[in-house]
Amino acid sequence: MLIVSGLACSRGERRLFADVDFSLAAGEWLHVQGENGSGKTSLMRLLVGLSPADAGKILWRNEPAPSTEFRRDLIYLGHHAAVKEDLTPLENLRLAAALDGIALDERAALAALIRLGLRGREELPVRVLSAGQKRRVLLARLLTRPAILWVLDEAFNALDVAAVKLLGELIAEHLAGGGMAVLTSHQPLPVPGGKALVL
Amino acid sequence: MNAFLATVRRDLLLALRRKSEVLTAVFFFVIVTSLFPLGIGPEPVLLKKIAPGILWVAALLATLLGLPRLFAADHADGTLEQMALSPSPLGLLVAGKILAHWLLCGLPLVLLAPVLGLQFDLDVSTLGILTLALLLGTPLLSLIGAIGAALTLGVRGGGVLLALLVLPLYIPALIFGAGAVEAHIAGLGAGGHLSLLAAMLALAVFFAPWATTASLRIALE
Repeated sequence: MLIVSGLACSRGERRLFADVDFSLAAGEWLHVQGENGSGKTSLMRLLVGLSPADAGKILWRNEPAPSTEFRRDLIYLGHHAAVKEDLTPLENLRLAAALDGIALDERAALAALIRLGLRGREELPVRVLSAGQKRRVLLARLLTRPAILWVLDEAFNALDVAAVKLLGELIAEHLAGGGMAVLTSHQPLPVPGGKALVL
Repeated sequence: MNAFLATVRRDLLLALRRKSEVLTAVFFFVIVTSLFPLGIGPEPVLLKKIAPGILWVAALLATLLGLPRLFAADHADGTLEQMALSPSPLGLLVAGKILAHWLLCGLPLVLLAPVLGLQFDLDVSTLGILTLALLLGTPLLSLIGAIGAALTLGVRGGGVLLALLVLPLYIPALIFGAGAVEAHIAGLGAGGHLSLLAAMLALAVFFAPWATTASLRIALE
């Protein structure tokens, strides 16, 4: 259970948002909407604990976040590619898992990459892949890292029609399994239900 | 602990894919230390006297050369952000990165020093002390440097600022490192200097990853 209350953020003199309240229970997701520069990314970074809030509280399982517990349950994918260009998709996935203290065998990593449509690309260095394919490598982490709360910032960018549909399916599966998600996007999302938050 | 080893493995693997970046620092060390005997000429007494200082200053500068890259690439591609959000403690991952930096930029200097010391007419026992001093001193340089690298992360013109920030902090390592070799040559024994270097290293191993982690969290905000 994620409970956010009275969250506020400002950049310099400018107040981006204040009094943001929402809560998520198992199987629910939140669509954060707003114009460019309205503070969607700032809210996401604040939520995951990368930057401190001016005011407000974030509770995860009734404990204040960010905690180690929270980080174990969280996966955050932001604007960055967050993959190493010199490594192959397979190495990227396995090393990212190892850094998180999770043992990921080659078969599981390969299965995730195949699900994301990267069959035959797993041994190429990431720098030769297209922007959309790099994004898919990153999204494969959703499958290899067991997390309850998915925080995805503009995750649908640079993806083709098939990948958008696939990511929609992945999110729907995740929610059906009792997960939660917070998403930002300017487009209508291919995921049914969901709460909306307009900044 | 697994996450620590995974970070070391990751950074070594990345360096293996980009050998030029590591080799630059090593060749810099070799060339700078070779320029002095060539420039000064065959004067064994003078060379022997200036050898510890020159080898140590060259090691400082060579370490400095690799420092801006310690966190910059991970910061730019967003993997540092992922490390900060990892369930593994960031301090552990940072310690792994520092160890990898030392293995790539510090250890080669330690191994090359006895060979390069020959150009300065140092005898075998002096070369031994020089190597030992560098073995204690170069990890200290990596640890202190990591704090500077984290503080200047994302700052424009950070490379120069990093040098201005870190070089003064390297002075104690330089004094006791070069001092150990000089004391040995003078027949005073290097034990005291080496003990002090080891004490500084122990202190840095404890505090530097912590300070680096705190600086990185600020840089990521």
